[in-house]
Amino acid sequence: MSEANTRISQIVQGNDVVLFMKGTPLFPQCGFSSRAIAILDHCGIAYESVDVLQDMEIRQGIKEFSDWPTIPQLYVKGEFVGGSDIMMEMYEAGELQQLLADAQVAKAS
Amino acid sequence: MAMPAAEIEALIRAALPDADVAITDLAGDGDHYSAHVVSTAFAGKTRVQQHKLVYEALGGRMGGALHALQLTTAVPN
Repeated sequence: MSEANTRISQIVQGNDVVLFMKGTPLFPQCGFSSRAIAILDHCGIAYESVDVLQDMEIRQGIKEFSDWPTIPQLYVKGEFVGGSDIMMEMYEAGELQQLLADAQVAKAS
Repeated sequence: MAMPAAEIEALIRAALPDADVAITDLAGDGDHYSAHVVSTAFAGKTRVQQHKLVYEALGGRMGGALHALQLTTAVPN
């Protein structure tokens, strides 16, 4: 396992909800990342974010980690959930809220 | 690094021959698209698996030559 893989694995396992994104929640640097943040904020849960633009190793490594070609990527309780399109589809169907409720993640403070 | 809509559609159809593909050029710049793909190949698969089938059809262009593709997938009714 590469060093990037190990680091990503630690981040994913160490946070109930983590979004790998371009930019930060306050200043997303891409429309898809911005949409993902908006969805998480609507869900009212606490989450961690990782700005892949600040870390080339993670930016590349995350795509191999999940075998998923794009960013953002959402992980809940160590499981890859999807990118912003899937987040939106799940949110509109109420499935994302259900998944977060089932995972008993902390509410946003 | 733009890519014509017809090429995206052709790549998806090549991998998923029964697919109904609707592509919209969101910004009119040949670089930001949305695609809705309906195929029986998605039956019984999770959303992540369905999207991966489309990404595989695009053969590594996703996130590269194809910068922005908003994707939705469905199984035919």
